[in-house]
Amino acid sequence: MARKTSTMSGTGGRTAALFLTPFFAVFALAIIAPVVYSLVLSFYAQQKSGLGFGEAKTSFVGLENYLQVFQSETFTGGLGRLALYCLIYIPSMVGGAVVFALLLDATAARARKLFQLLVFLPHAVPGVIAALIWAYLYTPGVSPLVQALQSGGIQLNFLDAHLVLPSVVNIAVWEWTGYNVIILFTALQAVPREILEAARVDGAGEIRTALSIKFPLILPALSVIMLFTIIGTLQLFTEPSIIAKATASVTSTWVPNLWAYDAAFNRHNLNQAAAASIVIALLAAGLSLAVTRLSSRMNKS
Amino acid sequence: MSTETVSIPPRHVPGVVRQRKDPDGGRRPGRNRMSREGGFASAFTVNGLLILGCAYMVLPVLWLFFAATKDTADLYGTSAYSLGRFALFENISAVIGQDGGIFFRWMGNSVLYAAFGAVLGGLISVMAGYAFDKFQFRGKKTWFGFVLLGVLIPNTATVLPMYLLASVFGITNTVWAILIPVLCNPFGVYLARVYSSSYVPDETLEAARVDGAGPVRSFFSLGLPMMMPGFITIALFQFVGVWNNFMLPLVMLQDQQLLPVSVGISIWQGYSVPQPEFTPMVITGSLLSVIPLLVAFILLQRFWKSGLTAGSVK
Repeated sequence: MARKTSTMSGTGGRTAALFLTPFFAVFALAIIAPVVYSLVLSFYAQQKSGLGFGEAKTSFVGLENYLQVFQSETFTGGLGRLALYCLIYIPSMVGGAVVFALLLDATAARARKLFQLLVFLPHAVPGVIAALIWAYLYTPGVSPLVQALQSGGIQLNFLDAHLVLPSVVNIAVWEWTGYNVIILFTALQAVPREILEAARVDGAGEIRTALSIKFPLILPALSVIMLFTIIGTLQLFTEPSIIAKATASVTSTWVPNLWAYDAAFNRHNLNQAAAASIVIALLAAGLSLAVTRLSSRMNKS
Repeated sequence: MSTETVSIPPRHVPGVVRQRKDPDGGRRPGRNRMSREGGFASAFTVNGLLILGCAYMVLPVLWLFFAATKDTADLYGTSAYSLGRFALFENISAVIGQDGGIFFRWMGNSVLYAAFGAVLGGLISVMAGYAFDKFQFRGKKTWFGFVLLGVLIPNTATVLPMYLLASVFGITNTVWAILIPVLCNPFGVYLARVYSSSYVPDETLEAARVDGAGPVRSFFSLGLPMMMPGFITIALFQFVGVWNNFMLPLVMLQDQQLLPVSVGISIWQGYSVPQPEFTPMVITGSLLSVIPLLVAFILLQRFWKSGLTAGSVK
């Protein structure tokens, strides 16, 4: 930590170091060091000599692991699935949150406090439990949902190969919509009431006001939501790994995170797992950077 | 907030609305216009849609409550939102009895990991956020850039790397493999910086400095108490984050005695696939593990709302 102190000269430098050292120490231990170590690991491979007997040798293989990751059809397939997941999830969740927040802010809305609490409820349910509940709600025999649809003459298997992706999307929508409704509703409450009053005097109806006045004013909050949503989607792991126990449609390499987990714990190829983790982290960093740039440019114009 | 006063929707039948359309002598044209546009119809649509949305949010949780009261036969035999034979207490005692009460061990572990991360991790974050707000030092932007980088990297992307490093030090399958990572909360630092600048006036610190208090003392006796609501919010978010974490303990821990409840229940779920009699235990265990969080969220509404608001400020 001596190095850090020396870079922080000037007023308060030493005190600042005192306050910042604990955080940056855990930051280094929990993020920097693991990532750096994985980066190193990802350039090596364990190779068994001869017929596979004897000690495995570790040797430098350059980008070989990365090539293997990208040549793996299950990895690129998972990446494609994740992209499709984002394409369905982000518009439905963000769109739903915007609509719900605008409804909540409409002059006709009642019992706002209660609605806010209820809509936030799913966020208090841990991801594992949310996935479990929905896994049961998708399972014929237990599920009121499947039963209701059947009595209406609709036969749906939520867990078959075609529907399992939208089914997983639905779990995430359920978990995250309410959280974002609260953020957007708070932003809407901050819209100056004089502006809305003026619009009303000018004859703009409720819907018109919502679309052409309120919506543009919550765009900054919306861009933050987009950023965190995109980071969130790359984390996709818990829901599919729970759903995987209820259906064979979700394979052990269904999305990149599962692929990396599978590489480490089922295929016991730690070097490949390290390479996959680095790929996922880089992808996340790149995407968040792109979204941040884009949204700051949008907010400026 | 001011909408509350504007919104008073007509609570009476549509026919009466017209008679009462001018309750305050036209001083508020906005309200008149709204009721003329058919306030009842719009109130009906808006609140109807809100109720529908909330039903989607609440019904799955409600299902968990109903399902936890049923035995295996009723779970598959009765309709979902009705009561079968009331077997809640049998289910709870089955949960308690399984493997010598391991469920409460799991709950205890979850509380330990989450509380440790919330209190100590929260303090570490608040100290760092306070320093970023109140102190001037060289390279401040760069250091804060690291914090933001930490916010932007998804948790799951660092879990396997953490595991790989932890196995070098031989601390996988120990509590340290969980307790060290949960202290790192970059988003907490970001929030703390926002809270520090809005709750702790620079003049107060300046006055303390003139009175001879050192920076450490003024943090603990002035800054921290003033930031207490922010500290509670950050701690709450971290508590929930750790309680919900699944991948980290799944990867790090093999010893069943060390597992948090999230991973424990998923193991039972695995058992319930070949053995359906495990299903009521999975459901009841899920319910028991959710209740503390639901209670915390309802009691601490003020704090999570403030956290969400501060977080969306750019």
